[in-house]
Amino acid sequence: MAKILMKGNEAIGEAAIKAGCLHFFGYPITPQNELPEYLSKRLPQVGGRYIQTESEVATSNMIFGAAGVGVRVMTSSSSPGISLMSEGLSYLAGADLPVVIVNMMRAGPGLAGILPAQSDYAHATRGTAHGDFHLLVLAPSSVQEAVDLTMLSFELAEKYRMPVMLLGDGMIGQMMEPVSFPETEVGPPMQADDWALTGCRGREPRLVSSLFLDPVELNAKNHERFARYAVVAQNETRYETFNCDEPYDILITAFGVMSRVCKSAIVALKEQGVHVGMFRPITVQPFPSAALSEAIGKARRVLDVEMNMGQMLVDVQLAAKGRVEVDFLGKCGGLTPSIEDVVEAVYDSLTKAEGGG
Amino acid sequence: MRKIFSHTEGMITEPMHYCPGCTHGIIHRLVAETLIELDIRERAVGISPVGCSVFTYKYFRCDMFQASHGRAPAVATGAKRCRPELIVFCYQGDGDLAAIGTSEIIHAANRGEKITCIFVNNAIYGMTGGQMAPTTIPGQRTSTTPGGRNVADDGFPLKMSEILAQLQTPGYVARVSMHSPAEIIRAKQIVKKAFEYQVRNTCFSFVEFLSTCPTNWGLSPVESLNWMKNNMLPYYPLGEHKVPEPGKGGTE
Repeated sequence: MAKILMKGNEAIGEAAIKAGCLHFFGYPITPQNELPEYLSKRLPQVGGRYIQTESEVATSNMIFGAAGVGVRVMTSSSSPGISLMSEGLSYLAGADLPVVIVNMMRAGPGLAGILPAQSDYAHATRGTAHGDFHLLVLAPSSVQEAVDLTMLSFELAEKYRMPVMLLGDGMIGQMMEPVSFPETEVGPPMQADDWALTGCRGREPRLVSSLFLDPVELNAKNHERFARYAVVAQNETRYETFNCDEPYDILITAFGVMSRVCKSAIVALKEQGVHVGMFRPITVQPFPSAALSEAIGKARRVLDVEMNMGQMLVDVQLAAKGRVEVDFLGKCGGLTPSIEDVVEAVYDSLTKAEGGG
Repeated sequence: MRKIFSHTEGMITEPMHYCPGCTHGIIHRLVAETLIELDIRERAVGISPVGCSVFTYKYFRCDMFQASHGRAPAVATGAKRCRPELIVFCYQGDGDLAAIGTSEIIHAANRGEKITCIFVNNAIYGMTGGQMAPTTIPGQRTSTTPGGRNVADDGFPLKMSEILAQLQTPGYVARVSMHSPAEIIRAKQIVKKAFEYQVRNTCFSFVEFLSTCPTNWGLSPVESLNWMKNNMLPYYPLGEHKVPEPGKGGTE
């Protein structure tokens, strides 16, 4: 299919339809409004339904109901709205329901700002809500990748029966880039015949629940879920490396749009004779620790660059296993480290690697 | 010998966890009988709340969700909008529906979701041990209002039926009571009517049951029924508070 120029938020909406998602529930919040607006127009055209909710609390429970009756469903929001969905995310994970949640991150904490940020990495990957569970979290760095990962999100959510989050750093939603979509008009419906609540005609009644008062049963349930997470980590961990084929002194780690700034800095540094590689996790949960660990093993020092105060930094430090130091460059509040900022930080790291710091 | 009363096929023969004298069991039965009489059990999806009726899913012989506290109408909205052929009902208590879930019930009703909500109001939090509910009546003693509900501090109890009845969106809203066999028979007719509105895809339907909590009220089952009759009925008037107007909304 020919490429068309599209805003990230709208492209994600179209990708959802291509993936066969015909139901969307959401509450307005900047900077993701173009996504629900696009779907409010498009979904009725393809026989789907758009429902504007009274709150993100309600949203997260509406998608619980939608997924529970075996229907492919999506919502989107941004940082403060995702906080309000936390309760629902825990129940969705506890009931093993497949849903896709888009978080177009803005600056935090509190109401903070509406400009792009990577402020919710920790919330998405670890501290999502109460209880033992993970989301599967995908972090795109371009509009095309957002489209591809949106479609993949539904596939993975249903394959592993878990909520999947598309973690975009604000800019992904707002910028326009050329994208192409599969030829399919609307994907096939979700297959959930063996567990969904569709009325008990011809079978025993079913239950969708996260309540297990028997400790032995709950313990077993959580162990089963984490065994599934281990399979996800084994099969679905995704990452990209840049300029890592040749020897490098410094390894940059970055995710989402930040990685593109870092790539430009690496190209500029190469012209100055400085060898820098980059490692970009695409799945930030599960985190590609083993591959990153291997890449760090070839570096003298690591520079982690994020649009926050250092949230992925912890995962990078764990992968470094104390072998090398990990420096950090971060800006937040809606600011993005520039190419010049990254270049300067790489020189700082080099100086420290050579014993100057 | 002729059998004149038996178990309803709408319920599972599981011993209930409810306290002696609690009217949840009767309300369950009225809903379950309705599922059978309207022949909708096999396309019904019920939603159990958080509170005393959290285990509702163990008793209804139909597909069930267990929802988070107060969110049953949101779960019901998701289910019904995605599969309109299902008959979706919520079963909620007063803390669940009238405190933590106030937003969800008002907006589900206001959107005119074609769902049926069963609201059990016994004026107290039962499961957690008898704390003040949003529907605790003025002066009523609870574990968190040892001197009785003081309206200067706690406000007046919420009349959910009246609140929902004033919405512009068409709907069916009724309040019934469990204090006598005659009222129970009347309640059954109203529950059936509420589900019929959903079956005909007419409107949102809501039935508030005045119920008892002998354990946390500290009264015998019979005393509880009398206390409810004497203290709750004057504050919470029974009857149909709203019926969908013919020709205005819905498909009737």
